[in-house]
Amino acid sequence: MLDLHLLLIAMILGAIIAIEVKDLLSSVVALGAVGLILSIVFLILKAPDVAITQLVVEILALIILIRATLNKDLPFSTSGRWLLNTSITVCFIIVLLFVGYKCLQDLPKFGYPIMRVAETYLKEGLPKTGAVNIVASVILDYRAFDTLGEATVLFTAVIGVMAVVRRIGRKKENEEVEEED
Amino acid sequence: MSLYLLCLVLFSIGIYCIVRKRNIIKIIVGVIIAEYAVNLFFILIAYRMGGRSPIHSPDTIISNMVDALPQAVVLTSIVIGLANTALLIGIAMRIYQKYRTFDITKIRDLRG
Amino acid sequence: MSREHGKGMSLIVKTITRLTVGLILLYGIYILSHGHISPGGGFAGGVIVALSFVHLMLAYGKDVALSKLPKGVTTFFESMGAILFLSIALLGFLTGYFFLNFLSKGKPFTLFSGGIIPLCNIAISLKVGAGLFAIFVALVLLKFDTEKKE
Repeated sequence: MLDLHLLLIAMILGAIIAIEVKDLLSSVVALGAVGLILSIVFLILKAPDVAITQLVVEILALIILIRATLNKDLPFSTSGRWLLNTSITVCFIIVLLFVGYKCLQDLPKFGYPIMRVAETYLKEGLPKTGAVNIVASVILDYRAFDTLGEATVLFTAVIGVMAVVRRIGRKKENEEVEEED
Repeated sequence: MSLYLLCLVLFSIGIYCIVRKRNIIKIIVGVIIAEYAVNLFFILIAYRMGGRSPIHSPDTIISNMVDALPQAVVLTSIVIGLANTALLIGIAMRIYQKYRTFDITKIRDLRG
Repeated sequence: MSREHGKGMSLIVKTITRLTVGLILLYGIYILSHGHISPGGGFAGGVIVALSFVHLMLAYGKDVALSKLPKGVTTFFESMGAILFLSIALLGFLTGYFFLNFLSKGKPFTLFSGGIIPLCNIAISLKVGAGLFAIFVALVLLKFDTEKKE
């Protein structure tokens, strides 16, 4: 379990670097490092499906982020009342951590899950569906409604991006309206 | 137990970044960090000591697999997170095109 | 970076892209078609297929990539993936309930096992891949308009 602790501490350090650095490109690169370490942690926790998906999705997110932040650095200065705002936020976060620690005592011990529903899926997955990969049989046979919902959410996101990005030209002198999407 | 606490610390770093930063791109980085922490928490719950990944093998019979249900849930959550990021970046680029800045304290007028 | 929108990247990048983009596409198809035997599945496979087209667009500029996969074809594939997934689900109504697994189970560890799971993987990967490529094309075209106007 020591390797999991070390990797999680590395992720926390990477996240702190990602939010404190002034340069936007360095912050995005640190975010990429956090995502790659997360993929390794998924592999150590015996979840290969999730690790592959996290790796490729994070690469695509990095490409989109770098596309948006190139050549767009602007100098920032801290406004007044910085100390008051930061201390209030830190107080809230300490309260959140304390309440979260109290709630996390009720969870079962790490490494011994209850698995009341998943026992059925693991025992009867192969005879009833015929698929060797239990996770694939869960998302496409036992819980196919959730996959349908996810397909709808992705469709809505694509329509949303196209609607935000569409540029409707203003009317010029010769009354020409151009639309690009 | 300490693993859950470290995961919660990662989530609170993301929340701090969303609340306190003034740059829109930094806020989006905070959203992404919070989402990594939530996915990690799901997979941490699903681990069984000495377990194996939930895929059958052709020559042995595996009796102790890790929990397969949260892994299925996290799989869809990761792809939805990517769509979320893309939509936020689209809105941020539109704001930059209109106001020529990424600073959220200078985006005050609701006209136009 | 402004040269990227015009003619693409340097010669080394273009040569390596020409050699490897077909392999990336083939790897994506492998992961999505063996989703019920080895780890992977429709989501990861679809994202890898979208990444191969994004790689082409990043290395060669947007004109070459859009000639390979125009915007109308992309939206067509995305809608076709969603309709295919829904029709596979509705076909379950013929012999039972919604999303019934009605094809034969086959022997485990072969490619044609698992009922409707491989078909659903193909439909999901079409939708996810085409959708993510459409998002990327829309964001790139916006940036190009921004830099051209000002």
